[in-house]
Amino acid sequence: MARTLFDKIWDTHVVAELGEGWALLHIDRVLLHDLSGARALSEVAELGHALARPELVFATPDHAVSTAPGRTGETFAGGARTLAGLRKRAAETGIRLYDLGQPGNGIVHVMAPELAIVLPGLTLVCGDSHTCTNGGVGALAFGIGASELTHVLATQTLMQRRPRNMRIRFEGSLPPGVTAKDMILHAIGRYGTAAGTGFAVEYAGSAVRALPLEARLTLCNLSIELGAKMGLVAPDETTFDFIAGREFAPRARAWDAALADWHALPSDAEAHFDLDHRIEASGVAPQVTWGTSPEQVVAVTEAVPPPRNPGDRAALDYMGLEAGRPIAGTKVDWVFIGSCTNSRLSDLRDAAAVLGERRVAPGVTAWVVPGSETVKREAEAEGLHRRFLEAGFEWREPGCSLCVAANGEAVPAGARSVSTSNRNFVGRQGTGARTHLASPAMAAAAALAGVITDVREWP
Amino acid sequence: MERFATVTGIAVPMLWANVDTDMIIPVQRLVGSGRQGLGQYGFERFRLDPDGSDNSDFPLNQPAFRGAPILLAGENFGCGSSREGAVWTLMDMGLRCVIAPSFGDIFHNNCFQNGLLPVRLPFDLIRRIAAAMEEGPGNARVSVDLEQQVVVTPWGEAVPFSVDARKREALLSGLDEIAQTLQRAEEIAAWQARDQAMRGWAWDGVALG
Repeated sequence: MARTLFDKIWDTHVVAELGEGWALLHIDRVLLHDLSGARALSEVAELGHALARPELVFATPDHAVSTAPGRTGETFAGGARTLAGLRKRAAETGIRLYDLGQPGNGIVHVMAPELAIVLPGLTLVCGDSHTCTNGGVGALAFGIGASELTHVLATQTLMQRRPRNMRIRFEGSLPPGVTAKDMILHAIGRYGTAAGTGFAVEYAGSAVRALPLEARLTLCNLSIELGAKMGLVAPDETTFDFIAGREFAPRARAWDAALADWHALPSDAEAHFDLDHRIEASGVAPQVTWGTSPEQVVAVTEAVPPPRNPGDRAALDYMGLEAGRPIAGTKVDWVFIGSCTNSRLSDLRDAAAVLGERRVAPGVTAWVVPGSETVKREAEAEGLHRRFLEAGFEWREPGCSLCVAANGEAVPAGARSVSTSNRNFVGRQGTGARTHLASPAMAAAAALAGVITDVREWP
Repeated sequence: MERFATVTGIAVPMLWANVDTDMIIPVQRLVGSGRQGLGQYGFERFRLDPDGSDNSDFPLNQPAFRGAPILLAGENFGCGSSREGAVWTLMDMGLRCVIAPSFGDIFHNNCFQNGLLPVRLPFDLIRRIAAAMEEGPGNARVSVDLEQQVVVTPWGEAVPFSVDARKREALLSGLDEIAQTLQRAEEIAAWQARDQAMRGWAWDGVALG
């Protein structure tokens, strides 16, 4: 029977069928960050269990650590105890920990593909909803809560109900200035933030096949903002080229065996999708959100839409926007380039290319927070950091920073931020902060202009 | 997990769509926190005015709805972050059941892990229950019976709801899922041995020296 990419990975990992669509699934990789990871390791110990397979567990602090230049684990005092707990438990259990300043440290969903911890065909979980990012390499990766994480650490398995299959095909070519971030925001705007609930979403079509691997990670990252725990892109030569030679990539004969398995992963031509959407890539424009849900999004050429319900009105009120006014030209106070969505080397290159020799507009506070220690070092080797610094950006240490504001860093109340992150929720970047989600190129253009602007007008 | 069988009491209407888990509990409150004592921060960005006093417009602040064990919610309740602290917060506020037309996937799972019952009902019906609660503050009651799988409305109608059989059993018995899974330790070991033979590449590169 014809199967999807999702079906194939799921079927391979069933340890036991439990009936009514439930299965006990084997989990091949577990990622831990400081917030969810330290707690889960403690709980496993408190419950009297051992870690089932320490070699499959990888930890990195990212959420509650300062990203100020020269930071240590104590710079953000509020996270110091959590980090100390993670270090202690990692040492006790023998799991790999990538600590601050070490290559491998970084935002958990940046470092996992970077080190090839995640590989095509694997199952991977993390106590973090953006774990779906890792599906960009063709893995079944999803976020779970604290109790489920404890279960995985103690058993290396998880009880899950099989989701249904959805496919979103982007066909044709993307116009210049349009990125993976715009593709997925456009899809969320069209289908809504609950459209993917109960589904695993495969992104396909010629425009997806043409995306570099890092852009596929961006695409999959916002699956959870579409409502789907899991997003995937079929592995192909782009994927294999990306993985080859990385820290935990298979080598020699194992590489050949892996390739043979990976070539069999893509969805069969006749595979059934319970929902199958098609989007013309040529019709996607640079996107920017106007509200407090990622589905409240428009093309940068459009106006803020009229409210359709009380939620829209509350969002307009919170955001300090007026319906009917063009979104372009809205004054910006902060620009944040970072997060597990858009903090990889290619994102920083995109943003730096828009900057050129120009400077950030007066009154705009602009930050770049590289996604990992390695991204930071590679960007510095290319001189990208100088471009940002000379333009007036702050060049900071890796971490989640202003995406989630769990580390004492925050956009001030009432300030308007253009952010390359994934959530424009009320208070997400700080109490009272107003967030507009956009691509790194759009964020760089906003920093230059001091207002929301169409990046295509900044050659 | 905590058992759940039935709950009867006031149902507080908060019918906003897309209530995300950041709204339920800001992440800053979860840095270094335990599972207990989070209720005081529940919905704090909405519950409190900027000066720290109670916002009287917020449903959970209204005298008639204080201490309600049931929350009536809108579409896609609990979307966003996977933080289980959202469930711990709601339970610490005294809630035992959330009735919504749809839930965020991860939140929905987290509810069952802790003994907070998520019930899906059509939004029209939820709106009618909300209206009945608002008309009869102090008197109207809603009952949720997991054994019978019915919600009894303030006007006495028993409305059936569907719930995953596996999750229902687990809630009714207060099951320890880890202990249950560890009974399959041999099956898991056999799967791993088989997989290591078939997909050596998935294991070799990460073996600990």
